[in-house]
Amino acid sequence: MTYLAKPKLRHPELPVNKLGYTRRDYEGSVSTLCAGCGHDSISAAIIQACFELDLPPHRIAKLSGIGCSSKTPTYFLGHSHGFNSVHGRMPSVLTGANLANRDLLYLGVSGDGDSASIGLGQFAHCIRRGVNMVYIVENNGVYGLTKGQFSATADRGSKSKRGAVNSDSSIDLVSMALQLGATFVGRSFSGDKAQLVPLIKGAILHKGAAFMDVISPCVAFNNHLGSTKSFDYVREHNEAVNRLDVMTPRAEITADYAPGALETVIQHDGSAVRLRKIAADYDPHNRIAAMTYLQERASAGEVVTGLLYVDSDPSDLHDSLNTVGEPLNVLGEAELCPGPAALEKLNASLR
Amino acid sequence: MPQPIARVNDFVVKFANVNGSGSASANQLFAKSILRMGVPCTPRNIFPSNIQGLPTWYEVRVSEAGHLGARGGVDMFVAMNPQTWDKDVAEIEPGGYLFYDSSKPMPKSKFRDDVNIIGVPLTEICNQTYSDPRQRQLFKNIMYLGSLSALLDMDVAAIETLIGEQFQGKDKLIAPNVKALHLGRDWTLKNLACPLGIKLQRSDKVGDRIFLEGNSAAALGAVYGGATMCAWYPITPSSSLAEAFSRHCRKFRTAPDGKARHAIIQAEDELASIGMVIGAGWNGARAFTATSGPGISLMQEFIGLAYFAEIPAVIFNVQRAGPSTGMPTRTQQCDVMSCAYASHGDTKHVLLFPEDPRECFEMGALSFDLADRLQTPIFVLLDLDIGMNERLCAPLSWDAKRRFDRGKVMTYEELEAGKEFGRYLDVDGDGIPYRTLPGTHPTRGSFFTRGTSRDRYARYTEEGGAYQDNMQRLLKKFETAKKLVPAPVKRPAKQATKFGVLYYGSTAPAMSEALDQLEADGMHLDAMRVRGFPFSDEIVDFVRAHEHVFVVEQNRDGQLRALLTVEGNIDPAKLVAVLHYDGTPITARFIRGSIGKRLAGANVTPLRKVVS
Repeated sequence: MTYLAKPKLRHPELPVNKLGYTRRDYEGSVSTLCAGCGHDSISAAIIQACFELDLPPHRIAKLSGIGCSSKTPTYFLGHSHGFNSVHGRMPSVLTGANLANRDLLYLGVSGDGDSASIGLGQFAHCIRRGVNMVYIVENNGVYGLTKGQFSATADRGSKSKRGAVNSDSSIDLVSMALQLGATFVGRSFSGDKAQLVPLIKGAILHKGAAFMDVISPCVAFNNHLGSTKSFDYVREHNEAVNRLDVMTPRAEITADYAPGALETVIQHDGSAVRLRKIAADYDPHNRIAAMTYLQERASAGEVVTGLLYVDSDPSDLHDSLNTVGEPLNVLGEAELCPGPAALEKLNASLR
Repeated sequence: MPQPIARVNDFVVKFANVNGSGSASANQLFAKSILRMGVPCTPRNIFPSNIQGLPTWYEVRVSEAGHLGARGGVDMFVAMNPQTWDKDVAEIEPGGYLFYDSSKPMPKSKFRDDVNIIGVPLTEICNQTYSDPRQRQLFKNIMYLGSLSALLDMDVAAIETLIGEQFQGKDKLIAPNVKALHLGRDWTLKNLACPLGIKLQRSDKVGDRIFLEGNSAAALGAVYGGATMCAWYPITPSSSLAEAFSRHCRKFRTAPDGKARHAIIQAEDELASIGMVIGAGWNGARAFTATSGPGISLMQEFIGLAYFAEIPAVIFNVQRAGPSTGMPTRTQQCDVMSCAYASHGDTKHVLLFPEDPRECFEMGALSFDLADRLQTPIFVLLDLDIGMNERLCAPLSWDAKRRFDRGKVMTYEELEAGKEFGRYLDVDGDGIPYRTLPGTHPTRGSFFTRGTSRDRYARYTEEGGAYQDNMQRLLKKFETAKKLVPAPVKRPAKQATKFGVLYYGSTAPAMSEALDQLEADGMHLDAMRVRGFPFSDEIVDFVRAHEHVFVVEQNRDGQLRALLTVEGNIDPAKLVAVLHYDGTPITARFIRGSIGKRLAGANVTPLRKVVS
């Protein structure tokens, strides 16, 4: 980490996107996380994804809980409103915010302690309600801020830096998200930007509950031999089912991938997620098959990454509640207050 | 045998029933028929935490004088539950009446000599008339209503009209119900001396008043106050508030295209409920939750966040008897303290104390203006007594010119014009900073909301100076709140007195009746009904202006009294606690007894002894 302020100076030839913003307009303050932290790579991937999708930064709301991962929203999208809520409760705050204004993009950032331990309940219920959001868990299997205790995603048998062995079964948030009805489920690795950025883009363009588990080794407490969340372990055991490329509806579609290994998923808004298949038998449209495949590979000690499941025609909580098209937070007296005449009628019915 | 009680339009009838036996609608018809006769009456449900099978009671106080508080004592018992017979019979005032189903003979030992026994063979008549067991049960209820109509000289036409209204749309049920009513009534007129000493007489004392539950009224207040988002978790006695909101919204908040101008979430727990409310409040929608004591305990952490990060939220707390699960279906005012100081660290919250459904409506609506204006959680403290019982109150009214007060929200135009924005910057000297809503301006006004300490520009800091500066501003804001919460209502004594009494919430009707009685006894007290916290100067001045002030509450520890000593810097010796906390609603009898006993002979005994 560094206390040095980021220089405001920009290279005059920095590329700009359709809004005229450079990549730097999507940055936040300087990270205070440890040097080499996987979380910073995820922040960089979020910045890259938002830049490439030409998103106006102020139309994004970033919400988090408590922990290292939950600190990261300060380090990206400096022109977005952020909300660092309480431990494990980001999902409920995000749900409320989403209901208040359906027009913003909601980015929930959480960690394995925040989502799999204290916040397991809120994680589950927010997914099952189908809140339209991108829910990213920066998963390192360890409590960093409190100095290296195991989290609930730590694999059974993995060894802490101090040598303690985890004897509890681990929680796989991806499997849970699939079971709970998430309509976009992906897993990636903070060290694999080529896979991560398109996945985040796909999740952003998905109109429904998009869940992403991003394995992000903790350089301070969980990057040693014996840890199953270390850079080396993940690189060795990464079983990528597909590589992605995301096309927005505006983008020109190019076909420069080998046919047969390419599959295009058209999302609800017309955007396309292109999957470069690595595992030939993998079908990202089949929830049951995805769950089976995950379990099979997990028992073989492999970490499956890629777009694991997507519903091309998802619905969200606003659909379920049948809410009006305009955001609830802009409705005024005329739409909300029935006025004195209605009250008179009501009075009459109560006598 | 004492003289049978003889009073017109002034008595208490209590029904003992079995939960789930369909008695509720017959009992409600009884109360509403009395109101239709122009006679004020107040029903109270006394029910167990149970769905079917346990005892339940319905007490109706008839009072032409308009006393709406519980009175204490029963003049007539309609004893339909053998399980509770002995206890029920024991409750009847000497000279009172015991109405029972005489189909099966009862041993003489089961009765009392000093009450009048009225036996009607309900089951027998019922079984002769109906063969279906469900019909037998339901119509038996209507039959006893018919019987009472004869005994108490009720207007049978009013009951028939109400039956017609109740079954509107299911018209084929009207005739059988009217028939059952007359079965009971005709048998009674033929076989018993009617009417009794206690009876009804048409009057004009109800006026234009309406009859509704506090929970429903509070939910309507939320509709009028512009709430668009409600997140809640079921808990007695608050569930009917959220359910009423849902009902009112279907009626008043459906857009012409059928879409909902509201969002209601039954959350997974109270933590999620308040989290959603805070998320919505942060994002500029008016949002609330409804809960009870245990829910408040669960919400503590989030409430502190909303206080410290300054996010509008409204919490309706329909109080029930605690601690822990306590008595879930009994009333108390026991969460004053837990709400006033909810959460860890130095926190203080704004509380509102409605006295009846009308105030539930008014304060319900007001709470959203206050939450936006003060950017903080607002607690509306109802209790089971006003929340879950129908109560006579003044009609609801709304000024067509009234607008929502959205508080200090900086707009795109203001940001664009270069107005300085510091999320926690006190620009107006009232302790209330400006906020911006997410998505307002592309490059200005964004900030990071957090529960950690920050400076005036919302930048994270652990500097002691900046932290204290912010905490002091929060105090200043709380000072501002004093002038915004509803002012206390004063009722001066008829003659100068050194005694005062403070009370709040559902204690109001019993207090008002007790004050009348005390006055008749020659005991004069100035009274003040507290309607909000932080306490306005008027309340503190009131205490200072009297030698001794009784504080009447429905909890064990005198929570408002304690709050007064701490927040009003008042000598505890000046404040005399009058506490009623057995879970039943406080009565005028109790207040008069407690205060009267302490005041009796106050002129001859040193005061300190009398009141201590």
